[in-house]
Amino acid sequence: MRLHSGAWWLWALGLATAASRTTNPLLLGLILAVAGVVVATCRANTPWAGTYGVFLKFGLLVIALRVLLHALLGGVAGPTTLFTLPQVPLPDWAQGIRIGGPVTAEGLVFALYQGLLLATILSCVGAANALANPKRLLRSLPAALYEVSVAVVVALTVAPQLVASARSVRKARQLRGDTARGARAIRTMLVPVLEDALERSLVLAASMDSRGYGRTAGISKKDRVLTGTLVLAGLFGFCIGTYGLLADAFSGWPLLAVGGVLAIAGLRVGARRVPRTRYRPDRWTAKAAGVALSGIAGAVVLVFSTDPALSPSTVPLQAPELPVLPALAVLVALLPVAIVREA
Amino acid sequence: MIRFEDVTITYAEQPVLANISVEISEGELCLVVGRTGSGKSTFLRAINGLVPHFSGGTLAGRVLVDGRDTAEFPPRELADVVGFVGQDPVAGFVADNVEDELAYSMESLGLPGDVMRKRVEETLDLLGLAPVRDRPLATLSGGQQQRVAIGAALTAHPRVLVLDEPTSALDPGAAEDVLAAVQRLVHDLGMTVVIAEHRLERVAQYADRALLLPEGRIGEVGEILAAAPVAPPVVRLAQVAGWSPVPVSVRDARRHATSLRERLPEPTTRKAARAEPVLEARDIQVKYGDVRAVQGVSLDIGAGERIALMGRNGSGKSSLLWAVQGSGKRTSGTVSVGGTDPKVLKPADRRRTVALVPQQPSDLLYLETVAEECAQADAETGQPAGTCRTLLEGLASVPQDAHPRDLSEGQRLALVLAVMLTGAPGVLLLDEPTRGLDYPAKEKLAGLLKSLDSAVVLATHDVEFVAEYATRVIVMAEGEVVADGPAREVVTSSPVFAPQVSKILGPWLTVADVEAAL
Repeated sequence: MRLHSGAWWLWALGLATAASRTTNPLLLGLILAVAGVVVATCRANTPWAGTYGVFLKFGLLVIALRVLLHALLGGVAGPTTLFTLPQVPLPDWAQGIRIGGPVTAEGLVFALYQGLLLATILSCVGAANALANPKRLLRSLPAALYEVSVAVVVALTVAPQLVASARSVRKARQLRGDTARGARAIRTMLVPVLEDALERSLVLAASMDSRGYGRTAGISKKDRVLTGTLVLAGLFGFCIGTYGLLADAFSGWPLLAVGGVLAIAGLRVGARRVPRTRYRPDRWTAKAAGVALSGIAGAVVLVFSTDPALSPSTVPLQAPELPVLPALAVLVALLPVAIVREA
Repeated sequence: MIRFEDVTITYAEQPVLANISVEISEGELCLVVGRTGSGKSTFLRAINGLVPHFSGGTLAGRVLVDGRDTAEFPPRELADVVGFVGQDPVAGFVADNVEDELAYSMESLGLPGDVMRKRVEETLDLLGLAPVRDRPLATLSGGQQQRVAIGAALTAHPRVLVLDEPTSALDPGAAEDVLAAVQRLVHDLGMTVVIAEHRLERVAQYADRALLLPEGRIGEVGEILAAAPVAPPVVRLAQVAGWSPVPVSVRDARRHATSLRERLPEPTTRKAARAEPVLEARDIQVKYGDVRAVQGVSLDIGAGERIALMGRNGSGKSSLLWAVQGSGKRTSGTVSVGGTDPKVLKPADRRRTVALVPQQPSDLLYLETVAEECAQADAETGQPAGTCRTLLEGLASVPQDAHPRDLSEGQRLALVLAVMLTGAPGVLLLDEPTRGLDYPAKEKLAGLLKSLDSAVVLATHDVEFVAEYATRVIVMAEGEVVADGPAREVVTSSPVFAPQVSKILGPWLTVADVEAAL
């Protein structure tokens, strides 16, 4: 029995939230390890399961870039100068910006922590991607948002298709012995690739149309208008709600409440009028809830924890300590290994 | 079940179908035949309303399907009556694994969950897809993908199934699987099926009636095919031998054939002297990750030889062609054309030594008119202006100011051939050139390839075309060569690769040979 893909995404977002609250390399390392172990034991044999490695490599690249940029541009200064890069002289009006100059141990460690933080968040997203197909998650959206989710799914498949099509055109171009570069090469690539993409989308649209996409049989025009209005109101409500949440002021809360009510009402009523059903939908089971909660536990503890070890000092440099309670909370996220094994 | 009442379909004031009045009754398997551009696809798409609701154009007259007028019901509202499978099943997939794809139309129709589950299981069994039910669609073979596309149309329990060239891209074995599945639908479920297909030798025997376009004549399969410009070899043979009624299956033809066999002399076998090799390939290996696409193939191509490369989908034919040409991946092995390896040449010099026409010939074209493409080909190869144009005029009549995308399959192939032949290559490689060509176009292509000075290697599934064209046949399986020899020997020794004439008359391969001998 497949777990609800939403469970994996909640679990991973929980871990990512936890990671975003700390720069402690020991704790970040622990989160990385937990995500890695769960991916290694729980992922199914699917094509997208292989994407985890890509996210890890991307994380390494982010760390390297972060450190390199800090070495070049400076930022956090400290007393321990490791070496000095030649400094580019800049005019007066560019005061406060420097390129090159002294590179300090404190600054490098700070950049390393920051890079590690980003890499850990990336690896959590990668883990979710490997454990649950993001397209399945879209399938679990409220029925009223069905049209939107199909559009997103189709858009998601366009990028890999464009890459494949560009590759085959480039190979074909070689066969013609055309090794043009620059603007001409772009033109010779672009025309067949775009024509191909356009043709494909027309074929797909025809196929979806003949298979009943957007079918409105048995719904009166009045009902269709009502459904559309309610779905729109629901989306509008979502926007207001998100704004309220982000504005983070007291005035935000009533807005959030109003938006939430509008959204739920709109989507629920809208869904009843969409004549669609879903094949073998993912169901929320106790196990799915367990997986989701185990990830969220870490986030909750780290958000409310005031342990100073969460952000170890870099000026002056200090060896980081492992904060006990947050570390235990992160370890809870290993629970899926037991839950899925059993299943 | 399907009724066309005096239907005329016009695109941009050009009538594609004119005054068609046809009735196809329930439980019938109807074959739509006609030359390329005779309106077969338009006819099929008119059945579920894609023409004109989706394609534009105007439709005069009435199309009724199960009593519903397509003027009032767009394709989506006919989804419960008509299942439609287009030419390229992969481009029409919406979901990404087999089960979800099968369920898609049922979800759109709003069927309850338990009904969907039951029908998906039934369809998996009916089409033999149960072992791959969880697999992502992209990892399936061509035949499996085609069966999934048919299954996806079937789960909605339509009363009519419309198939546009369901076997054109498939190897003979996979095509038989698909057609066997279709036949079960007609026999067991009483479904009405309408099929258009270029490879009539594969489907004609299963059809109850045939519809000839653009005339709109419908009748007995044998009669219609005998009158049509396109017909499988068995029908042509019947015409030559004067059999009546015209048989459409090899089995029926054999019953007539006894007297003909007695009248025929032994076929003359010309032992062709082994020509001087122009291309020598040794121990070619191609690996993609863990997949060994080609495993140690050695190959000599003699001057003037016409080789057909056959084998299942995925047996390594394309990989071998690309590796030999030098533009594709080659893990190990050597290729030598007059002492040089084409791989080390610059692409422009390479195409003048070994030219390859890929599976999608249109990938090679990117300019707005045929004339521009020809001029570009001259410039690329350093030939005097007009070389490509002269070549093209020798191959086919193609309007110089047309856009390459607007040409028919046959014309486009002729253009690409002309472009590639401009460089006067010693060896010409072609990957599946006969897809989308009808019989007259294939005959023309075979004649054309016979007249070339270059050695030709052609990968194909088309056994009838091989019989017409090849002097030598190489069969590949799992990346290895399993048979290599003169066309007659290889082709007649295996029932899968045998052309219809050989199945009927033993040592004979083509109708033209039989006709000449009589």
